[in-house]
Amino acid sequence: MSDVSITSIREDDAGFGDYFALLKPRVMSLVVFTALVGLMAAPVPVHPLIGFCAILFIAIGGGASGALNMWWDADIDRIMTRTRKRPIPSGRVQPGEALSLGLGLAGLSVVMLALATNWFAGAFLAFTIFFYVVIYSMWLKRSTPQNIVIGGAAGAFPPVIGWVAATGGMAVEPWLMFALIFMWTPPHFWALALFMRSDYDDAGVPMLTVTHGRRATRVHILVYTVLLAALALGAAFSGIGGPIYLCVSAVMNLLFLHGAWRIWQRSEPGAEADNFHCEKRFFRLSLLYLFLHFGAILAEALLRPWGLGGWG
Amino acid sequence: MSLKATHDLHRRRFGRNLGVGLALAAFIVLVFGLTIVKMSNADRVMPAATEAAD
Repeated sequence: MSDVSITSIREDDAGFGDYFALLKPRVMSLVVFTALVGLMAAPVPVHPLIGFCAILFIAIGGGASGALNMWWDADIDRIMTRTRKRPIPSGRVQPGEALSLGLGLAGLSVVMLALATNWFAGAFLAFTIFFYVVIYSMWLKRSTPQNIVIGGAAGAFPPVIGWVAATGGMAVEPWLMFALIFMWTPPHFWALALFMRSDYDDAGVPMLTVTHGRRATRVHILVYTVLLAALALGAAFSGIGGPIYLCVSAVMNLLFLHGAWRIWQRSEPGAEADNFHCEKRFFRLSLLYLFLHFGAILAEALLRPWGLGGWG
Repeated sequence: MSLKATHDLHRRRFGRNLGVGLALAAFIVLVFGLTIVKMSNADRVMPAATEAAD
């Protein structure tokens, strides 16, 4: 028997990078950053290695959710231009491989986070993975236009897990960080849905743009942005806030409100005429908005030991 | 006659194996480090606990 006869040749064999892409690295970077801020903002010293492990396993848990989401959504990912090149629709990774990787990493991340920090944090991570995969991906995403609103909670949990990993308990502050991401998610995704015009239509995903129309989506973006601004500015006077946070938040919320106002004012022909310039700008601004808010929370936390962070 | 691994497939498989190998090695180092930290913390807590019991 020759070597060739016992080797199954698959021309599309996946490389390491393809499996890594299953973990949605860009989403993972957001998870890492917000979880880090949650951990650092906690009023408890954490050993650097334990802190590193906590963030790593939260990130791996987030990655596992991404792999399971890609396994479940492979059929609609094949239809949408934005997701067509993902490892499963492009044929580089088999669905079964993504499922195995997702389940394996989910189990590993939960157990390791629990061992490295505490079982409360591990349980919270397990719940987050369950929420993203089962509640959001399998249930809400294809059944209700509120998919992004409720599903956004999954992306909002990492700072709470970071805080719990550090303290082993709960407080108001991590839930303010949770609320910040929770309220930020809908305008962020609805702006994307406005300029990724036909993607969600074609895939039959009941995004607000599909079920209630584009005018209603513009109104929703403005309403959520106003509520988000109130929440973000209010958080400045809580335990995670301070003068730095207040300045950053004031500037960013003014810009964000202005962007949402312009989106609300626009008509469809006007938006199409400049190829959704405002919507795309608002989407990019939303990324900076969240990054700077959490950056400011981190800055307040890091300055606290010198008596500079917070309101003193 | 020997077969030469010239196909792109072999390069991708090598990359994958190397990636998995390095990830496993990093995991072992991490668990070892974590064990040391946890044991050092336990050493610090234990004397205090035994002193309290005196």
